[in-house]
Amino acid sequence: MEFKFTEENLKRIEKSIAKYPDKKAAVMDILYIGQEQNGWVSGEVMREVANILELSPEEVLGVVTFYTMYYQKPMGKYHIQVCTNVSCMLRGGYEIFESVKQKLGIDNMQVTDDKLFSLEEVECMGSCGTAPMIAVNEDYFENLDKEKTEQIIESLKNKN
Amino acid sequence: MERIVLPEIKDLNKLEVYLQNEGYSAAKKAFSQTSDDIIDQVKKSGLRGRGGAAFSAGLKWSFMPKTSVKPKYLCINGDESEPGSFKDRQIFESNPHQLIEGILIASYAIGAKTAYLYIRGEYHKWIKLMEKALSDAYEQGFVGDKMKERFGTDFFCDIYIHKGAGAYICGEESSLMNSLEGKRGYPRVKPPFPAQNGLWGCPTTINNVETITNVPPIINKGWEWFSRIGEPKHPGTLLYGISGHVNKPGIYELPSGTLLTDLIYNYAGGVPGNKKILCVIPGGSSMPPLRGEQIEGIKMDAESLKAYGTAIGTGGVIVMDEDTDLVKVLARIAKFYHHESCGQCTPCREGTGWMLKILERMVKGEGTSHDLDLLISVANNIEGNTICALGEAAAWPVKFMVQRFRDYFEKRVKNEVDLPVPNKVHSMRNTKFPLAELNIP
Repeated sequence: MEFKFTEENLKRIEKSIAKYPDKKAAVMDILYIGQEQNGWVSGEVMREVANILELSPEEVLGVVTFYTMYYQKPMGKYHIQVCTNVSCMLRGGYEIFESVKQKLGIDNMQVTDDKLFSLEEVECMGSCGTAPMIAVNEDYFENLDKEKTEQIIESLKNKN
Repeated sequence: MERIVLPEIKDLNKLEVYLQNEGYSAAKKAFSQTSDDIIDQVKKSGLRGRGGAAFSAGLKWSFMPKTSVKPKYLCINGDESEPGSFKDRQIFESNPHQLIEGILIASYAIGAKTAYLYIRGEYHKWIKLMEKALSDAYEQGFVGDKMKERFGTDFFCDIYIHKGAGAYICGEESSLMNSLEGKRGYPRVKPPFPAQNGLWGCPTTINNVETITNVPPIINKGWEWFSRIGEPKHPGTLLYGISGHVNKPGIYELPSGTLLTDLIYNYAGGVPGNKKILCVIPGGSSMPPLRGEQIEGIKMDAESLKAYGTAIGTGGVIVMDEDTDLVKVLARIAKFYHHESCGQCTPCREGTGWMLKILERMVKGEGTSHDLDLLISVANNIEGNTICALGEAAAWPVKFMVQRFRDYFEKRVKNEVDLPVPNKVHSMRNTKFPLAELNIP
C-alpha cells in the first residue's frame, strides 16, 4: 500500500530539513513522523522517506535497523517498555517485567491479540533514581512496584 | 553549599524567573570580551567534562581552529544512556535556560553559529521541555538572529534539538555526529579529531550537557571562584546520581571530592535494613567497581578515583547490598553492552557476546573456575582493540568485577555463596509512592 505524508506532516518535514545544511540529517526526524502517522515504519514509509530526502531506500533501512525506537512491525496501541537494567534490576525491574508479561499474556516484542498492548524489555531509560519504571508509549511511570504496575495496565484496559 | 547547576530556585525553568536571577547576563558579559578571553577563563577555572572522560573543557575549545573557511559547529551531548546516569534530565527539567546560555557562550568562544543539542529519543518529556524553553528564548531574542538587538553584538547563534532514537553508542562523540548527519551511529576512527573534521567535515566541538551548564556561572562569578570549589584538580560541583540499594536514591549536587560514604549514608540515607555494602560502581555501569569494605575515605572526583583504579565517569553511583547476586548483576551489565555494541569492530561485537554467554552459564550455576579466567581473557582482548571506548566500557566491568571479587566468584561457581534466595536480586520497593497521572491520548 502506498504511503504519503499528510499536508501537515509535510510542513513538519520541511521544518526539520531546514535545521540542517544537508537534508539527509533529517532522516531520523522524518522517520519518527512517518512512524507516528503510520503506526510503524513499513517498507512504504521508508521508500517515501527515501524519495523526499533523495536517498536510496537501503540507506533509510540502514538507519531504521540501527536504532531501537523505530518499529518494523505494528505495535500495540499502548507500547509498554520495562527497564531491566542494573539500577532497575536491583529494585525489582525483573519482577515488574514478569508481572506485565503475565498480565498481558505476551512475551518480549509481542502484541496482544486485540492489538491494545505490546511489550518490550528496554535498556536503561535514565530513571535509575526512580527505579523501577515502565514507559507507556512516551510517558514514564516511575517508583513502581508490582501492584502499581498492574494498576496502570488495568486502567489502560478500562479506557478501551 | 551553593548549587551551581541546579540552584534551589522555584520555577527557574521559566524564562522570566531565570531573568530575575541574572539570567543571560553571563552571555552579555561574554559577548563584550574576546573569544580567546572566554576560552582562557574556562581553562583557568579548571572545568572538566562531565560526560565521562573529565577532559578540560577550555582546552577542548582551544583545539578549534581560529580561522576556518568552513562553518564551525557545537554539539551538546544529551544522549545520557549509561546505566546509573540520570543527571541531564534534571537540567532539562529544572534549569534549561542556563544550559541554553552556556551553549551561547560556548558557541561564541569557538566561533560556531549553529549548535545542535542531541537528546536521547526516550526523553520525550524532556525534549518537549527543552523545546519550550528554546522557543521562549528565541521569541525574546536570546537565541537566533534577534540576538544582535538583545545583546548589542554582531554575534548570533542558532540552536537546534536533534532527537536520538535509542542507541547507547550515540553518546560516543563521533557516533553522535554520524547519527546527527542521518547515518547509522557508527563511531569514527580518530584521528582526525572533531575539532579538525567533525560534523559534515567541519570543525566541531562536543560537550556534555552538565559541562556546558557550568559555564555561565564561571563567566559571571569568575574562574577563581569556581576553581576554589571542591577538589582543586577537578573543581566545581558534580551531579552525583545515586541508585540501587539506598534509602533515598536521586541526584545530589555536591562539591567534587565529596566522600563516597557521605554520599551514600548522609545524603542518600544509607542502605535499607542497615545491610552491609557488597559493591559500589562509582561512575555509571562501565566503570570498574569497588568492594564495599574499601569505600571508606574514597573521595568522588576524577583524580581520587583514579588512584583506586576506577573513574568518575558520569558520577552515577550504583550501590549493591550484601544480598545482591553479583553474577546476575554482571550478566545484566554484559547483556547491555552486547546489545549496544554497534558491530563495527570484531573484538567488541563477538567478545561482548562471549562474555554474556559465559556469564549466563554462571547464573545457571554451570560455571567453572576456568570461566573466570576466560572472562578476563576475553575482556583483555576487547580492551584497546576497538575504534571507540565502548570496548573498554564492556570489558572493564567484567574484568574488574571478576578480579576484585575473585573470592566471591570462586565461591559462586562452586555454589558456595550463601545467597538468602538463590539467584535473587531483590526488590526493595515496599514504600508507597503516588502514582503518576495517566496521560495517554
